[in-house]
Amino acid sequence: MIRFTHVSKTFPNGTGALRDLSFHIPRGQFVFLTGHSGAGKSTILSLLYAHDRPSSGEVKISGYTVGALRASEVPKLRRRLGVIFQDFRLLEHRTAEENVAFALEVTGARRDTISPRTMRALTRVGLAGKARAYPKELSGGEQQRVAIARAIVNDPPIVLADEPTGNLDERARNGVFQLLKDIHAGGTVVIMATHDMDLVRDTPYRIVELREGELVYDSAVDEADDTP
Amino acid sequence: MRLTWREVWHSFWRTPLLSSLSIIMIAFSLYSVGLFGLVATNFRHTLSDLAERVEVVAFMLRGTPIETITLASEDIEAFPEVLSVNYVSEDEALARARVELVEFREAYEDLATNPLPASLEIRLRPQFRNAAQARTVAERLRAFGFVDDVRFGQDWVERLDRIRNLAGIVGLVIGAAFGLVAIVIIGVTIRMTVLHRAREISIMRLVGATNAFVRRPFLIEGTLRGVLGGALALGMSFASYRLFASGMGLSGESFVFFTPSQAGLIVGFGLLLGLIGSLISVGRHLRHV
Repeated sequence: MIRFTHVSKTFPNGTGALRDLSFHIPRGQFVFLTGHSGAGKSTILSLLYAHDRPSSGEVKISGYTVGALRASEVPKLRRRLGVIFQDFRLLEHRTAEENVAFALEVTGARRDTISPRTMRALTRVGLAGKARAYPKELSGGEQQRVAIARAIVNDPPIVLADEPTGNLDERARNGVFQLLKDIHAGGTVVIMATHDMDLVRDTPYRIVELREGELVYDSAVDEADDTP
Repeated sequence: MRLTWREVWHSFWRTPLLSSLSIIMIAFSLYSVGLFGLVATNFRHTLSDLAERVEVVAFMLRGTPIETITLASEDIEAFPEVLSVNYVSEDEALARARVELVEFREAYEDLATNPLPASLEIRLRPQFRNAAQARTVAERLRAFGFVDDVRFGQDWVERLDRIRNLAGIVGLVIGAAFGLVAIVIIGVTIRMTVLHRAREISIMRLVGATNAFVRRPFLIEGTLRGVLGGALALGMSFASYRLFASGMGLSGESFVFFTPSQAGLIVGFGLLLGLIGSLISVGRHLRHV
């Protein structure tokens, strides 16, 4: 489903973000990308949603090769992904419902399906009762739930979450994490970048740890190696 | 498409100050183009009034039979450059001289014989009212056996030509400069709008909107702003025209406003500038996000 093969990424200012990274994520996995700030977690995600292109190596996702994507193919790839950010990235002048519906509208979904699908997504994240609220009227946790509803409203096979709990208090953080676990339970690949090790600890999910752009630990590989 | 129009409507009213400012900026930049256009139009109007006086006169030998003159007149009228041919007999020429040349009235009264020759006054079609064409027609007239002399005021027609050419070049250069300034101002204005909505654009793209989808409301918005700015500029130009005309006591014949098609051109220019400005600004932005 996702494959990184000897991927390096150097930004135009000369900053090296990733160095010779190779790993594979099959269908159905929940993967934590961990590491300190600047380790390369967000760069991996931005390569996956084709915001950036690899400097060398190959990034494959859902049958697309990111480095070879034509501009017209980028929206097609992004419609197969749900992306969640630490800062929510909601449109301030739209209600929760409009923010979620927007993701359907821009992809040209049939008009009569937009409202029921939107409400279904909001119900899934527990915000059906606040569909008419504007982002500024919602708490941080609620705003992140709207962002999650927007990310899943298209039923994408992959959800990318970049520090989705970074701005939240513990209760909201646990709620958002539970939502991501529920989404994963439905068969969706979830890749979550986080430096919150409390969240990662004691979960059965795969952990990929990065340090200065290099992969230093991959539980899928290392645990397999430990198996007698 | 419904979503696009909704986006345009929302965007317009979400930032009323920016929207109004951009329309006013477009209006003022087109107003300067409009004022220059008004000066240029009136200058051209004056020149075309002068050009109407471009006339070729063929003086005839005495005793030329009227049948010959009639036949020749028909031939001359068939020249592609010729608008009309007017025969002025010797008597008519004298009568005219008595009226027009008041200072020589007494001299003309005492004449035993009429010294003035008959002539053919030939008016040229508007597009042929220049020195080169007048000269060509004059040469052709000289070939008629009964023609004694041909005059067309070569000096002043050539001077008129020079003024027209100079006015054309100056008009083109200044008009292009004003147009360019308008394009830059409108481009900057629309760029401000695009930057103001950069976050929204990045979110749209993040959820899978195509560039065409992102671009569409901006293009419509830019075009609408261009049209509104153009219409406002036209209104301001008209107000200035009326103010100037009444202040200077000028009549509508000597000081003209734009024709409906010229007015349409200004609004159309606004539309085009708005469209091009948006295309460039959004295109540049989309390449970098």
